[in-house]
Amino acid sequence: MGVASALGGQTTEQAVAAADGVFSATWLLIALPLLGAAVLLLGGRRLSRIAPVLGCVAPLASFVFAAVLFVAMLGRDSTDRALSQQLWDWFSVGGYDVSVGLLLDQLSMAFALLITGVGSLIHVYSVGYMEHDENRQRFFGYLNLFVAAMLLLVLADDYLILYVGWEGVGLASFLLIGFWQHKDSAAVAAKKAFVVNRVGDFGMTLAIMSMVVVFGTTAFSGVFPNALGASEGWLVALGLLLLLGACGKSAQFPLQSWLLDAMEGPTPVSALIHAATMVTAGVYLVVRSAAIYAGAEVAQTAVVIVGAITLLMGAIIGCAKDDIKKVLAGSTMSQIGYMMLAAGLGPAGYALAIFHLLTHGFFKADLFLGAGSVMHGMNDEVDMRRYGALRRAMPVTFVTFTAGYLAIIGFPLFAGYFSKDRIIDAAFADNLVYGLCALVGAGITAFYMTRLMLMTFFGSKRWADDAHPHESPQVMTAPLWVLGALSAIGGAGLLYLGGGVIDWLEPVTGLEEHELGIPVWAMTVIILAVVAVGVAVGWLIFGRQPVPVTAPRGSVVTVAARRDLYGDAVNEALLMRPGQYLTRSLVYLDNRGVDGAVLGTAAAMGDLSSRLRRWQTGFVRSYALSMLAGAAIVVVAMLLVRLP
Amino acid sequence: MSPTPYLLLAAILFTIGGAGVLLRRNALIAFMSVELMLNACNLAFVTFARMHGDIDGQIVAFFVMVVAAAEVVVGLAIIVTIFRTRRSASVDDASLLKL
Repeated sequence: MGVASALGGQTTEQAVAAADGVFSATWLLIALPLLGAAVLLLGGRRLSRIAPVLGCVAPLASFVFAAVLFVAMLGRDSTDRALSQQLWDWFSVGGYDVSVGLLLDQLSMAFALLITGVGSLIHVYSVGYMEHDENRQRFFGYLNLFVAAMLLLVLADDYLILYVGWEGVGLASFLLIGFWQHKDSAAVAAKKAFVVNRVGDFGMTLAIMSMVVVFGTTAFSGVFPNALGASEGWLVALGLLLLLGACGKSAQFPLQSWLLDAMEGPTPVSALIHAATMVTAGVYLVVRSAAIYAGAEVAQTAVVIVGAITLLMGAIIGCAKDDIKKVLAGSTMSQIGYMMLAAGLGPAGYALAIFHLLTHGFFKADLFLGAGSVMHGMNDEVDMRRYGALRRAMPVTFVTFTAGYLAIIGFPLFAGYFSKDRIIDAAFADNLVYGLCALVGAGITAFYMTRLMLMTFFGSKRWADDAHPHESPQVMTAPLWVLGALSAIGGAGLLYLGGGVIDWLEPVTGLEEHELGIPVWAMTVIILAVVAVGVAVGWLIFGRQPVPVTAPRGSVVTVAARRDLYGDAVNEALLMRPGQYLTRSLVYLDNRGVDGAVLGTAAAMGDLSSRLRRWQTGFVRSYALSMLAGAAIVVVAMLLVRLP
Repeated sequence: MSPTPYLLLAAILFTIGGAGVLLRRNALIAFMSVELMLNACNLAFVTFARMHGDIDGQIVAFFVMVVAAAEVVVGLAIIVTIFRTRRSASVDDASLLKL
């Protein structure tokens, strides 16, 4: 048994060993948060007081265990790090057997550490953030469920098991986005996220069914080694269907509309969705399915195009929003777009996509929790035009947020500098257009993040009258420090510590050196110049002159970006209206056609019977007369028959 | 022997009975009319038995008598009960079974 990975169009096999020793308890990674979720959700309000502690212990324990497994894995040979653990046989239909099993290799290890690590920090932060919410046991239960589902997603060794985690993530996100369901907008946003995700799940379901048809199995060990033997048509179809699934979960074009509305959830939820779970699932899926994409060039190109479109869309949307969380949501779309673009480049980009995913996990969690801290101090105000000059009032938030800011724009030596620049390099090496998209995206990113920084922490005070900004409690600032530090040094650490993350992932993702036409330092200078332009423009508009409290009308582009580039309008015009029209006409048909036939028959029968009822007078003598008449008719009939 | 007079008598009796059932409102009269019709039939049966020279018709006539006796028991009981509750023996008053 082996898991194939694509290496320059060829397939290499990393042998998969059975899990033994400490690895035989891999299932604990998932079981711990799942147990936490079960206890919290079943325990109900009785656990309200200790819910924060219980909620944090489960993912922390899972993280510690993941770290133990990581150390144990480091002790193994680099080609002998893929371990599988079979847990039980799930079901078997005909020749299609599904056994529940886990695959722990370098890729899933990286994800497990990110999910449990960043996830734990977000849990700890939530202790402070949700302090006054009476339903916090439910909140922490859902958070644990989210982490457990995501871990199942990345640890599964079978697409069907992966799908279980996939749906679990969808469920948990639905529950959390709609956590404050007393607000209509939150309930609607949760529903929207769920419905849009269903569209993606539809692709995922079809992909899994296709695998059963083509390969007779959905296990990684059955699909990947045989992928090259399948016809290209099937592989392209599989690649595109998986991409549809990935677009739903990762909020990529054209299924991006749910992400901005998902900001209705509590801020730690946004951090969890954007940094550690959920939106990274699509990138994971594409990278994990490398063997399928290796034989499907069309699907790969589609991945790149989707990534490029989304990275520009997200960045443009981020430029126009005044809601601090929506700016960050736009930036998530954009950054995930970078990862998709990299993942679409094949073995040249898989490791880069994961590298950027990890650094993005650090700085995006940092930024979101920082934004949550700002909101916490500002009476849940989200409008950046009501902020300003907060750096004095919230020094810790400011410092850590700055680290995240420098990381996301790719300031030298901060996390994003290492990961994003490499993606831009790889994009240029593959195709000039891809490269330009990525480069322009970097410039816009610098612009909107500068805008966010200046509007929030600098300039004049534009606070509401009752706002008294204050620094958040330590339980919230501690995770900020950790994430800020990771944003600052995490990129360099991941790239250079030990063999670095790229070499670590190489047995799974393969590696292909890309060749640039120009030296790497020149490319770096160009990227930094574009970023500097973005920062400078941001400063010219929002730093040098005061920011108006009410938003100016803005240009056509600004108005479009404020409305999410008309994504919702397009969905409404193309899908919702025709759908409503269809349902209305079907209801009409049902009422008038089907019901008409059924009810009409019943009415006709009723009418007929009420006419027949008049014969039943209740008078014995009239019955006797009808009997006599009947007898007479019988006699006459008999006579008529016999006479001739 | 010609059966015609007997059959004519039977037909007349049957017609009288039928007319009585249809025209009279009093339950007792109607009941008696039914008996009259039954006995008209009996007369026809016996006549035909005699005409054909076998016994079947006579046997049926006895059966009819037995049935008529049983019917009288039940029918009179009903009529008496109705009379007791409604102080009336008119068949038109007992028309509650209709909707």
